[in-house]
Amino acid sequence: MWEYSKKVMDHFLHPRNVGEIENADAIGEIGNIACGDALRLYLKLKDGRIVDAKFKTFGCGSAIAAASALTEMVIGKTIEDASRITNQDIANYLDGLPEAKMHCSVMGMEALEAAIANYRGVKIKPTEEGTIICKCFGVTDNIIKRVILSNHLTTIEQVTHYTKAGGGCKSCHPEIQKILDEVWAKGELVTPKVKPPKKMTNIRKIQLIQETIDREIRPVLMLDGGDVELVDIEDNTVYVSFRGSCTECPSSKVTLKSTVESKLKEFVSEDLVVEEAGL
Amino acid sequence: MKKLVYVDNNATTRVADEVLEEMLPYFTEHYGNPSSMHTFGGKLYRKIDEARAKVADLLGADHSEIIFTSCGTESDNAAVRGTLEAYPNKRHIITTRVEHPAVLSLCQYLARTGYEVTELHVDNNGLLDLEELRSSIRQDTALVSIMYANNETGVIFPIEEIGEIVKEKGITFHCDAVQAVGKLPLDMSKSTIDMLSLSGHKLHAPKGVGALYIKKGVKFKPFILGGHHENNRRAGTENVPYIVALGKACELAKKYLAEEQTRVRKLRDKLENEILFRVPNARLNGHKTFRLPNTTNISFEYVEGEAILLLLDEVGICASSGSACTSGSLEPSHVLRAMGVPFTAAHGSIRFSMSRYNTEEEMDYIAEHIPPVIRRLKEISPYAAEIEKLELARKG
Repeated sequence: MWEYSKKVMDHFLHPRNVGEIENADAIGEIGNIACGDALRLYLKLKDGRIVDAKFKTFGCGSAIAAASALTEMVIGKTIEDASRITNQDIANYLDGLPEAKMHCSVMGMEALEAAIANYRGVKIKPTEEGTIICKCFGVTDNIIKRVILSNHLTTIEQVTHYTKAGGGCKSCHPEIQKILDEVWAKGELVTPKVKPPKKMTNIRKIQLIQETIDREIRPVLMLDGGDVELVDIEDNTVYVSFRGSCTECPSSKVTLKSTVESKLKEFVSEDLVVEEAGL
Repeated sequence: MKKLVYVDNNATTRVADEVLEEMLPYFTEHYGNPSSMHTFGGKLYRKIDEARAKVADLLGADHSEIIFTSCGTESDNAAVRGTLEAYPNKRHIITTRVEHPAVLSLCQYLARTGYEVTELHVDNNGLLDLEELRSSIRQDTALVSIMYANNETGVIFPIEEIGEIVKEKGITFHCDAVQAVGKLPLDMSKSTIDMLSLSGHKLHAPKGVGALYIKKGVKFKPFILGGHHENNRRAGTENVPYIVALGKACELAKKYLAEEQTRVRKLRDKLENEILFRVPNARLNGHKTFRLPNTTNISFEYVEGEAILLLLDEVGICASSGSACTSGSLEPSHVLRAMGVPFTAAHGSIRFSMSRYNTEEEMDYIAEHIPPVIRRLKEISPYAAEIEKLELARKG
């Protein structure tokens, strides 16, 4: 049985904002009955702000909970702010989802995107949709790439948990692996290397360090079952702590300098020094 | 205590009080090793043989034809692999698309390691085409492994007819009877079955014990090596308390067999009729007649199974679903898909499986709670319009 958080169960048993909006300003629809879940999201806007949201869902407990959470999250937000909501935000709002159910949060994000595109009168161009990789669930390379990046996924299994891609006949597994390799092989694919200005506010520096750790360092360590966490920053000294298999790894000292420090120097500032916390 | 209505007996059953009582002394009092050269341990051999005789009695077999295993899955693995090893030159296996994963996943694994596997199709009712079986048999077929009754739908295969076709060609016939033992009368002395798997926890013994029947004279190589136990056919120190428990459970199963066929069947029929009558767009999965007396599998169209189970759980009802979401996989039950059940129905399938511990009052309780649960989920569903159309079409 799934271990759903109290919040997931609450949103499943008492879903908020179920229904339809007559004369909705935006409707976003995603999924279909063959896939096992579907979500129709209705938005009502006033002066560029979402004043009401309603949903209808066919799906399991976490699909209903994710849709309910999404409506609560978007009401009161401007379209701009709403468009920045990620699947991780939805999962966090529900105090987490089991990994195999993360695709429910992705479905929420996609329905929201579809609704916003509908509101803006934009048709998503076929080129932006990409090419279908998983034929069983109709998942494109673009969505797979995006979800890999935004959730730091490193395995096919994770990609399946988050997007459903590869969960049917499995024949697309080699292609998913290729996308994973492409995404993680070259850091430059992740974000164009733009050197930040020398002078940074402290907050900007902390943000950049955290982003670099999340984007450039953790995915690499996770490939070997390890992980690293930012503990503290004092002037130019960054304190990190290793997790997972890194904690027992004799070469973690080398990793500290070769991976963590060099990446931070590269992406944040040449002046940074990395230390292991608590040593 | 919160109300509990347990109707998931094809998943597992409660241990019978008589079984628990019988097994307990073998943990702290009679804890010896039956292989030991002292009476304290050695006397337990007799207990194992008594249990063996009881299992054999339920199956209509000779006690020498029974070996104890750790579970149904082990029995299946031992039968399939033990047969293949006995016929190293034969590289073809026949099974069905609706087998339990204990056989199906194993066969699919074997297919990746160089064996050829034929998976027989089923029709919309979940029944086999015996002509397909006949035409699938080859010179190099080592084994035919076909289940007695399906765990998800309860559909029963015509095992003796199948066996006759298989034995005509002199091929070993294995039958996974995990769901049938204790629910249907079996008589191996008159059967075409060469090997039969059973599991303790499906018939009110604890989890962690099973048995494999191997007909005298059938070629078989042991699957687990490492000792002389079970007459050199399954190594490992005998799990005495659980073996004693399985013996007792089989004795009880024989006693209550008639009740399964009458009272339990009545409970099942009552629940099934009530649900199909009360809920629009509910449909039965599997053949109505060729079915285990305790099982019903019903699809609620346009509603998702996990959501149904979670709402039933809130009122203490324990059932199971063939929905994709309950299994952790993304596709609905392989059994329902093999039967051609449409996606609109497969995702919303619920299995209720009863036992002799269920009561009529419990059936009323379930029948009462199902309609509001389905209604509630339909109201959330974006397919409300489709549902209405369907309902109208059926009425019209």
